[in-house]
Amino acid sequence: MTDVEAQAQHTGLAHQFQDLEQQQEADALGIWLFLVTEIMFFGGLFASYAIYRWLYFAAFEGGSHILDVRLGATNTMVLLGSSLTMALSVRSAQTGSRRATVAFLIATMVLGGIFLGIKGVEYNQKFVEHVVPGLDWAPEGETLARLAPGGVEHGEMYFIFYFAMTGLHALHMIIGMGLLLWLVVRARKGAFTAHYFAPVEVVGLYWHFVDIVWIFLFPLLYLIGGRY
Amino acid sequence: MSQPIVPQRTYILVFFGLISLTILTTAVAFVDLGPFNTVAALAIAFSKMLLVVLFFMGVRHSSSLVRVIVIAGLFWLALLMGLTTSDYHTRSWTSAPQSWSTTAPPTHP
Amino acid sequence: MSTATLEPQPRVRAPLNYLNADYGWRSWLFTVDHKRIALLYLVSITFFFVIGGSFAVLMRIHLTEPQGALVQPETYNKLFTLHGIVMIFFFLIPSIPAVLGNFLVPLMVGARDLAFPRLNLLSWYIYMVGGMFTLYSAVAGGVDTGWTFYTPYSSTYSNTQVTAVAIGVFITGFSSILTGLNFIVTIHKMRAPGLTWFRMPLFLWSIYATSIIMVLGTPVLAITIFLLALEHLFHVGIFSPALGGDPLLFQHLFWFYSHPAVYIMILPAMGVVSEIIPCFSRKRIFGYKIVAFSSVAIAVLGFLVWGHHMFVTGQSVYAGLIFSMLSFLVAIPSAIKVFNWTATLYKGSISYDAPMLYALGFIGLFTMGGLTGLFLAALATDVHLNGTYFIVAHFHYIMVGGAVMGYLGGIHFWWPKISGRKYPNGWAALAAAIIFIGFNLTFFPQFVLGYLGMPRRYAFYPPEFQVLNVMSSAGATVLGVGYLIPLIYLIWSMRYGPIAEPNPWGATGLEWKTASPPPTENFAEIPVVDEEAYDYAPKPIAQPQEAPGD
Repeated sequence: MTDVEAQAQHTGLAHQFQDLEQQQEADALGIWLFLVTEIMFFGGLFASYAIYRWLYFAAFEGGSHILDVRLGATNTMVLLGSSLTMALSVRSAQTGSRRATVAFLIATMVLGGIFLGIKGVEYNQKFVEHVVPGLDWAPEGETLARLAPGGVEHGEMYFIFYFAMTGLHALHMIIGMGLLLWLVVRARKGAFTAHYFAPVEVVGLYWHFVDIVWIFLFPLLYLIGGRY
Repeated sequence: MSQPIVPQRTYILVFFGLISLTILTTAVAFVDLGPFNTVAALAIAFSKMLLVVLFFMGVRHSSSLVRVIVIAGLFWLALLMGLTTSDYHTRSWTSAPQSWSTTAPPTHP
Repeated sequence: MSTATLEPQPRVRAPLNYLNADYGWRSWLFTVDHKRIALLYLVSITFFFVIGGSFAVLMRIHLTEPQGALVQPETYNKLFTLHGIVMIFFFLIPSIPAVLGNFLVPLMVGARDLAFPRLNLLSWYIYMVGGMFTLYSAVAGGVDTGWTFYTPYSSTYSNTQVTAVAIGVFITGFSSILTGLNFIVTIHKMRAPGLTWFRMPLFLWSIYATSIIMVLGTPVLAITIFLLALEHLFHVGIFSPALGGDPLLFQHLFWFYSHPAVYIMILPAMGVVSEIIPCFSRKRIFGYKIVAFSSVAIAVLGFLVWGHHMFVTGQSVYAGLIFSMLSFLVAIPSAIKVFNWTATLYKGSISYDAPMLYALGFIGLFTMGGLTGLFLAALATDVHLNGTYFIVAHFHYIMVGGAVMGYLGGIHFWWPKISGRKYPNGWAALAAAIIFIGFNLTFFPQFVLGYLGMPRRYAFYPPEFQVLNVMSSAGATVLGVGYLIPLIYLIWSMRYGPIAEPNPWGATGLEWKTASPPPTENFAEIPVVDEEAYDYAPKPIAQPQEAPGD
């Protein structure tokens, strides 16, 4: 290949761009536009949630009482921690520190894994308590007591949103974990330099977005009406 | 994306801010503020989002185009939620029409 | 490529261009060249157009008899449902953006490709996967919910292939999203030196506005379908009254996307018309900036009017009032465009080549469709017209008389650039005329039928409506013939048509400054722009003393 092509390949410049700055700006614009589509995607869910919470507030309050606030709060802090490590990873890539980049990426994955683990525990608990809409809706005993009085009639609606919102969020986390793994593999091979680390930045923005969704899900699902 | 390198300290400070706000929102939920529980929860969540967007996602240093895009996304979400909920909130403003009388025919003006 | 004796004119081997740069199915299915991807889309959407059109043909045959001439009512329901789904999601929404947009956007901005070429190819594959799901649902029993999927029928009671088609539409939505994303980034970041926003061709402004809608609206359709599928699969009650849900919430979410979707379908066609009219009037477009801003205004205002599909559903009257007022507002930018095109024509030097015939047809038919939309935007008249054939006629005037004619006009305008060949103008003009006549014969009677009260989506009707229905079906036959003719001569031209020069129409725009067909890299050197858009000079006239003004 020619010298120009060799240099382009070394710097990671794609053929359709004139220079690296144009490529970086295009990448940034691209990921932000994608995140806007994600805002609207989750937004439809949040809008539906808002309607039904307004219509059946007592039911949502009752349903929220079934959830374990400690697990929810812990998960929130775990995910915030993973956002910190992700930001530090991008910063390490920006300064060209390959080892730190990889270390922080792995830390992000570990924290993400802990989040998903706790989520799994919570989901399992819902099956144990028979509060899974459509599949296993038969709350009884203490569960029923916590649902009451509002959640007896429309409690199922609350749990539809619980599963739909946290499920979709978890799906995005799993995809994020896959992206992080891909980054770790590439970073260890030395694919990223202080001049070219766009993929790390792009995945970082995606990861922070998923964190922001959870920042809203936590109070909206776990903290309705309080436990006073 | 040729942004300045943010010191690690900044990120760690932001992280502790986020943790504090999480503890705050959990604590406030156990205090009876009536409808303001929801307002407080949303306000705190919004602040946390701002911290993540401005610092972790680097919007503090980004171009005005990126900022316009972020604001546009949030604005469109507000549009969706606002106009949809306006239907539900105003349905009760009009009373349901009375049915036609079954005995007397309707009189025309 | 050999110089076979079949070709009408001897010629030397064609210069290297994007069509002959590489051969074999791999070079097409794994291409990242935006021009080849555009052709992949061209073939696919033509295929889906034929499928959707076949459903329409069956419907029109069935409706020649008041009691139905062809199929059972349950089957009729499946026909109109699949006709709508295929035509809207797999033909109209991709058509101009995915074919003409993909081909032209990099050329018009003076770039070598779109911002994300591999994402572009992925978009096409996503589209095809979605299409396969939909085809599967059609052959596995069909769907009978109407393309609007209203709940709770679609989610709870229908036992047709709702989930399969929902998956198909969900997947295809991402094709739309990624295409729009690609266009926005390309137009923002890859314009050639000197190409400022207000020097861009108006087609780019339309594509930009369309892309905004694609990016902001389509995700809401995705989540709506996701919730619909959840309800269908797990028998839960998000939108089902029996289980505490509100069917109107589905409609709000559905129409939040599906109304802006109609602007996805019409804005690119308006962009095509904005290119054709100046070229074939040899005149600058009248009011360039106003037309550009109108495109963006339509995109934004289009998100505020969705409730006009729900006037008679039980929506709050006050919400209906607001939506009605906003619907009147959104007509204004469209009207402004029509006035600007007309003012461009005024005192222009008009030539009636095929693209111009389609553009002129667009202006007339779109105006009729748009005006009838105002009757529907008024709450009081909509109460009577909703659910009748008036609506069917209204949207077909816009989508077929408008969008499809814009698409065909664009195909005919840029065909020499895309294929390197010219088509016979006589046949093209004839086809345009047949399409225009067939279209009006098909859909004008439907305005009358709707006004007289014939309901839509009905497999039978009162006998007094038969004459108008038969007229409509006869028109559909003419329309079908009209569509067939370009298919034939365009394919014919690829082998036997005269070779096209780089700028056969004498048009302005960067795409005309490169070869026909363009080389893979589009331009030998990235151009530098120093002209305003639509820098047309009128054709030289008999007296050379008169100044060639503008």
